[in-house]
Amino acid sequence: MENTEQRLSRLRGGGDPEAHNARTIAAMTRNPGCVRRAIMDAAGVDKPAVAAAVGHPTSIGRLSDFAVSRGISFETRVKSEGCAELLRLLREQLGLPVPQAHYEDLGSTGKGETVSGRYLRSKAMLDTAEQGTGTLFDHPLLRLSISGVWAYLEPDLVAFQLGEKFYVIEIKSFPVIDGVADASKVAASVTQSAVYVLALQSLLSEAGRDPGLVSHEVILVCPKDFSNQATATLVDVRKPLAALRRQLSRMDNIAALLHLLPANVTFDPELPAMELAQALTQASARYSPECLAACEMGSFCRAEAKGSTAILGRTVREDLGGVDAVSTALELATGRLQPTKDLLQAAHVLRLAQRMRTEALAR
Amino acid sequence: MSTLTALARVQAAHHGAAQQICTVRHLHVHDRPLVLVPLTLAGETNAPLAAMVGDRHGNPQVLVVPRPRLREQRFVFVERLANIVLSYVDGFTDDVETLPAKRKDDEPRQRFTDAPQVWVPNPGGVEYLRLMGRMTRFRQTTGDYAVAAGVPQLGKWATWLAEQAEYPDSSVLVAATQALTGFWATGQSSLEDGNLAALMGWIAPPAGMTAEQAAATAEDPILCPPAGPATDPQFDRLVLAPALRDLEEAPSDAVRVRVQERLTLALREQMQPTWDRVWQAIGLLGAQQPGGSVEQRWAADRDRFSDFVAYLRDTGHPQAKRDSAVLGARKLHDMERRLANFEAQRAFDDPLVMGEQRMTGEAFTGIVTWSDPLRTVTLSRRVLRPGIVVETEDPLRLVAGDADLRDPQRPNQKASILRLSESAGKISVSLELQGGTGSGLTAPPGSVPAVGERVTYSRLQVSYMSPGQFPARDQTPWTHGGPPQPYAPATSDAAEDWS
Repeated sequence: MENTEQRLSRLRGGGDPEAHNARTIAAMTRNPGCVRRAIMDAAGVDKPAVAAAVGHPTSIGRLSDFAVSRGISFETRVKSEGCAELLRLLREQLGLPVPQAHYEDLGSTGKGETVSGRYLRSKAMLDTAEQGTGTLFDHPLLRLSISGVWAYLEPDLVAFQLGEKFYVIEIKSFPVIDGVADASKVAASVTQSAVYVLALQSLLSEAGRDPGLVSHEVILVCPKDFSNQATATLVDVRKPLAALRRQLSRMDNIAALLHLLPANVTFDPELPAMELAQALTQASARYSPECLAACEMGSFCRAEAKGSTAILGRTVREDLGGVDAVSTALELATGRLQPTKDLLQAAHVLRLAQRMRTEALAR
Repeated sequence: MSTLTALARVQAAHHGAAQQICTVRHLHVHDRPLVLVPLTLAGETNAPLAAMVGDRHGNPQVLVVPRPRLREQRFVFVERLANIVLSYVDGFTDDVETLPAKRKDDEPRQRFTDAPQVWVPNPGGVEYLRLMGRMTRFRQTTGDYAVAAGVPQLGKWATWLAEQAEYPDSSVLVAATQALTGFWATGQSSLEDGNLAALMGWIAPPAGMTAEQAAATAEDPILCPPAGPATDPQFDRLVLAPALRDLEEAPSDAVRVRVQERLTLALREQMQPTWDRVWQAIGLLGAQQPGGSVEQRWAADRDRFSDFVAYLRDTGHPQAKRDSAVLGARKLHDMERRLANFEAQRAFDDPLVMGEQRMTGEAFTGIVTWSDPLRTVTLSRRVLRPGIVVETEDPLRLVAGDADLRDPQRPNQKASILRLSESAGKISVSLELQGGTGSGLTAPPGSVPAVGERVTYSRLQVSYMSPGQFPARDQTPWTHGGPPQPYAPATSDAAEDWS
């Protein structure tokens, strides 16, 4: 009998699972009801490859080289000389009492160290860090349980310990202009930071320490105005953190979801396109236009959802009284279709809307 | 979003063509707009890379920053952009009209007979102008970091335009995608409508293509370069990065000129389709019948334009980085009132917009079945209060006692509901009317709706916009930070990094 891990491995066509990052995890919680996504993410399927194989290549998460190099150069600047600039910000802008600080790089040693090995090293270092002085931990390896499977995170972040408290520091390259930053970018970073806070909490729990030691305020470091100068802001992540926790725990047990799939189904990108597309339809999706920016399968699912009101957007679907198909909505509106009992109210509103539109446009 | 618009989207998806959600256009469309299609360099903050700009479709000016990381080159770009934009704006400051004073003791007012209208492809273009304004309006024309006079002047105009765009009733800065989605609903989601090419694909698909094919093509950045200001990452990697590198490494001027030509051509190819689409959008919207109050709102835009020109000629300080307490409160006050008036005007001009009110039961349309223009009631004395009964099939939510309802055809007449009675799915509304009937005890003919007339009553009204009561700048109370510091040019602003 195959166990869950073996089944997941077969599902992705063997090989190593795709690595998760905070972006994919944050995005995952946006559509927790999507079975297709839950299974593909839990199995670590190479979604970009699958999407391309079924004729829907994706460019999600693809950044301009200019943006990448600017991001790297900004981060390097902030972290240079043992994070001197970062420490200055912590002291001067946030008023944290950091007399001096140690700097520990927990990045990969590159000597054939396994991920789980690196995780254990991060855990040990964070656990035994000397209290009282400040310590900056660069590139710690964290992990989170996603649908019962460990996802390892290699964040570009610094975990900062001050006294008993741990802070997550995120360095981003979008600007804060006159104290204001782009709201959607801030929201995205805050959700990602919440992933790190949660992972750091889980690490402390595993080390037998109080997860409450991780501050619910993260430190966001961004360029100031139009310059390369950095500025730091404390951001409260309690809200996204709660949402994340709730949604991760709500994400169904993966084993139960796997039972819904026929045993022979796999999402191996090497499969012939027709066969692969056929396999994908075995796991039901819950498409909404937001998926296009959040999930590599978005374009495929949109094509699949053609003719449904889901492609028009969530609010439109709600305004239509939750009617599923475009054709049904039209037939109810024109009175060609007698509504079933649960659609009585929706049909009434649609007929009214139809009358208003016809009346106004005829004149 | 409302059920009416949702149904329009369903119809669009079904028929494969965009559907009108307005019967008239509510936006002023200028006969000589200025179109600006900007591109920025990824990763930097609003770093200009190129722009296509001009007031004639066939004659765009193409501005390119060959080395976008160099501060001096950015300011050269801004200077050239400023020349174009400022000469366009100045073109509207020649003809003046004189208006009677609003109050008895005031001088007669003057305002320009026309005002500028700038079109950008999308809200990103509005944000580009806002940041461009922030970046350049504090620059100084003398001293260590001196820039050309046009640079800070452009900054003030860009800031003003971007500020106006926050008000829904203003038409001086228009994002094409928003103008189009204000008039048409497509068979895709509002997220996809943010892509100008996809949106235009639904409204006016290229010959030989269905709307869906056009929208799908629009998502391929190779076939359909993005409308900016951000460029396509693949274009950055395959075209832009090599060209910029070749420019850096050019061994001679001759090579540099050749590379620069190549770069200009490549950037022009990225902007041209968007440029064409914005003009196409202007043409499509311009061909629509304007609503009755469009003229009036444009006159208000002209008023504000005239005021700002006067301000620039007077003190002309750059707008503050953050609004002072008084200014912030005033803006909020204005915004609320202008929004309410805009909604009422739109509904009065357009039965489809009024339809949204009727859907929620806040308004109703029906036929007058009974009318008594001579009805009187005795208050302290006998006064004329005509009565009518309107029969409607609308899902009315108003109740007996609701007052201050108005019919757009008789804006000075108020109606209040006396009784409602329902029979056979229709509601009969008994209304008492007040006003608009002269002073006597007989209503002039036509001032009271007659039997058989179609009327619409709603709570909407266009009200006088009071300027609001706010303390003077130097009287700002301490609870609001006290009087703000007066503006003084700071060297640090002029020296501010732009990298």
